[in-house]
Amino acid sequence: MATLTAIPVRTLPTALLRSRPAVKLATLALIAAVLVPLAHARWSSGTWPDALTVDLTGPLTSTSDWIIDNRDSHPLFLYFFGHVSNAVVLSVRAVYLALLTLGWAGVTALGAFLAWRAAGPRLALGTATAFLACGLLGMWVPTMQTLALMVVAVLASVAVGGLLGLAAGLSARMDRLLRPVLDTMQVLPAFAYLLPVVLVFGIGVPAAVLATVVYAAPPMARLTALGLRGADRGVLEAVESLGATARQRLLTARIPLARKELLLGVNQTIMMALSMAVIASVIGAGGLGDRVYQALASVDVGAALAAGIPIVLLAVVLDRVTGAAGADGTAPSGRWLWPFALGATAAVAVAGPLTDRTDWPDAWTVNIAEPVNRAVDWMTAHLYSGVPVIGGTADWAARFTTWVLDPLRDGLQWLPWWSVLLIVAALAWLIGTWRTTLTAVLAMAAIGVLGVWEPSLDTLSQVLAAVAVTLVLGVATGVAAARNHRVERLLRPVLDVCQTMPQFVYLIPVVALAGVGRAPAVAAAVVYALPAVVRITSQGLRQVDAAALESARSLGATGGQQLRQVQLPLARRSLLLAVNQGVVLVLAVVIIGGLVGGGALGYDVVFGLAQGDLATGLVAGAAIVCLGLTLDRVTQPTDRRTTKGA
Amino acid sequence: MFRRTTLIASATVLTLATGCGAADMTRQASPFANARGAKTVTLSVQSWVGAQANVAVAQYLLEHELGYRVDTVQVDEIPAWDALSQGRVDALLEDWGHPEQEQRYVKEKKTVTRGGDLGVTGHIGWYVPTYFAKKHPDVTHWKNLNKYADEFRTAESGGKGQLMDGSPSYVTNDKALVKNLGLDYKVVFAGSEAAQITQIKQFAKEKKPFLTYWYSPQWLFQKVPMTEVKLPPHKEGCDADPAKVACAYPHTPLQKYLNTDFAEKGGAAAAFLKNFRWTTEDQNEVSLMIAEQRLSPETAAKKWAERHESTWRAWLPPRKA
Repeated sequence: MATLTAIPVRTLPTALLRSRPAVKLATLALIAAVLVPLAHARWSSGTWPDALTVDLTGPLTSTSDWIIDNRDSHPLFLYFFGHVSNAVVLSVRAVYLALLTLGWAGVTALGAFLAWRAAGPRLALGTATAFLACGLLGMWVPTMQTLALMVVAVLASVAVGGLLGLAAGLSARMDRLLRPVLDTMQVLPAFAYLLPVVLVFGIGVPAAVLATVVYAAPPMARLTALGLRGADRGVLEAVESLGATARQRLLTARIPLARKELLLGVNQTIMMALSMAVIASVIGAGGLGDRVYQALASVDVGAALAAGIPIVLLAVVLDRVTGAAGADGTAPSGRWLWPFALGATAAVAVAGPLTDRTDWPDAWTVNIAEPVNRAVDWMTAHLYSGVPVIGGTADWAARFTTWVLDPLRDGLQWLPWWSVLLIVAALAWLIGTWRTTLTAVLAMAAIGVLGVWEPSLDTLSQVLAAVAVTLVLGVATGVAAARNHRVERLLRPVLDVCQTMPQFVYLIPVVALAGVGRAPAVAAAVVYALPAVVRITSQGLRQVDAAALESARSLGATGGQQLRQVQLPLARRSLLLAVNQGVVLVLAVVIIGGLVGGGALGYDVVFGLAQGDLATGLVAGAAIVCLGLTLDRVTQPTDRRTTKGA
Repeated sequence: MFRRTTLIASATVLTLATGCGAADMTRQASPFANARGAKTVTLSVQSWVGAQANVAVAQYLLEHELGYRVDTVQVDEIPAWDALSQGRVDALLEDWGHPEQEQRYVKEKKTVTRGGDLGVTGHIGWYVPTYFAKKHPDVTHWKNLNKYADEFRTAESGGKGQLMDGSPSYVTNDKALVKNLGLDYKVVFAGSEAAQITQIKQFAKEKKPFLTYWYSPQWLFQKVPMTEVKLPPHKEGCDADPAKVACAYPHTPLQKYLNTDFAEKGGAAAAFLKNFRWTTEDQNEVSLMIAEQRLSPETAAKKWAERHESTWRAWLPPRKA
């Protein structure tokens, strides 16, 4: 990298050469000085020039028509996609029927047993409680549908991700080849996958499962590769010296040594699959996500919450259980107990079908919808407007739109197109390498080429505003959590809920408080992205070297000084990561923004899905992807290695 | 070793591809259907409450009178056509007119069959709240709308008046209408019906003026009375060119559609769904119970069924002896 940047600037004064950022900026200025007048003369400034766009409407529409017309007859569908689709349907059905046959008591007992084996008695109790709560909320059947979908999707994701990871872990070339692919997959907002998958498979479970696999396989692949590469050299050499073949080495040494990473991969995959299970309800996946989505149609937050809580419970239970299974030394004590437990589980599981009491009894349900709706009504009635002195939330939203979002959007749209590219290049280069810069600039340019420059900048302005709010709130909360254990303990369940609650649930309260428009879109994005930022910040601050902090304290630094001059600078890397994650997560809910009046790209994607309009939907989806790539590269610390949704 | 795995893999793929033969893409039932031997009907629900009301009542009667299990899937209209064609859902109970889809699936592919009128006539239009129309009677003609643009302004519409549109799945010519009628308005898309209803209720609570794209039959009229704004009258074909539209929306008798295979072999369920036909008042009664009293769709359907037994008795197919 250094040599590359040095070539064109060798003539610059040596003082400047020593300062890396200055060199980069100067190089950029030089390039700009040559290219900008050319571009300006050729295509003029202002918005993205028409001459540089490619209209994909024609080809995309005909592709979509071709697929629909040939889906029932073309061999590609009959002999390939059709079988894939059938295989998915059959396996989901098999799991679903098995769960139904076990009945509620059987499933609960089995879940508790598995949790006990993997993670000990406390989590076993938690698991049982969670399952019973799903039943109590009247959501037993949808929960089983979601569970069946999840089991199949997770198994497929683990298989696909594991194979990719195996290839990348064993061959350096595959690793180089796969890395950018996985990187990109992790920045893609989930909604971008839905449309093409739906087109091929139609609405329903197969499309949902496949979209979930695309979304959830990358962390598995990445962590598998990481685990295989990180295996202890000494052990490997020892195994080799014993004369083991390549396959034996892999099976007896490398894979067992990578156990921890593999299990972490499974854990991440499960979490991502579950978050996708909800999004997939938009394409008819059924289950809990569908219940949330249907409840919203009648503006019923309470019913949406009743379906949302089981999702949160499933997520928390699965996260803790697989997390504990991955950690070492949690195997439950009392080995003598487990045959008995197994026996008891089996007895319960058999008792249900035999006595024909497998359905959750209707009488045992609690209706939480009503009180929740009353609470939401009260809140919106009292906060929307007319609050003395500070004004209601609607006034705030209006002011936020007028004073922040409008100028930001108009400013971005007013900037000449080449200057936007230059700004992107400058930012990306200052923080990253020339590679990341190139990706960022190309992705931004692709948006222009696709012909959605203006709506993309509109979306960008909303994303920037949301990220700014998220960072202010998130860093402040993160600092508070890092300095006070009680705050952290109190925050943990709240963050869990914010992160796993389906985003659709926010939709109504957000509109009820802020009205229709871009302000509620920003609010929904903030709620979603905040937990990750809070977590990363507080973790980063906690990991700051205790000695450095101690010495600052001994020098008589006040709390504020310690924070500003020691903790924050030392946690710089975590803070950068927080920014990056904030951006990626905010962008992931742009679509939700489209559902509450955010307009721009989010609306276009939803429109594409709703109208089966590939030309609008896919182009907007691609633009979101490009925007994601640009923002990710611009905020990417050079040595980042994390998984989405940290 | 590597070569051997490749060999085995390709052999497996081959047997899978040839051995199983062709997959029928028009019989793609949901994996949750027909569980444990129960006869299942899968109905598609659209995002508006009227569609929920149809489905709730059909579901209730299918389950309690005919002994079916009913699965519902929420899908927007156009994807629902696609799902019907593939057999992922069996019926679509309220279609607002999609000539293109009808041509493709009913006439050409014959994978979808007409199920007859729902009995309800739909109409899309522009509406202002009645409390505002009473104060300013002339607002109900499009020619006077510009006079009121200031009153309808919001932060989102900038310097212009706001015309609020709904979900992206709805049929709308509003952008073209605003332009072609020379109105000083900006179309703001609420993005979902839920968001639009929430916003309308908030406006109504404060007695604020607003202008919105809305449609009847709709239960919200009972809670927030609204008056339609007169647009240039609708004539056959005046909305043929989406860019040049300058007329009102038509009145559409809403239609039912069934998957062809289901229509032929669906037995009592298919016969029942073809007979299903009720009035706007019936639909609104159920919708209002779901959306306003927040009864579960099932309870609402049950209450309606108890009050209107004579109506639905006629839908049931004659029992075989």
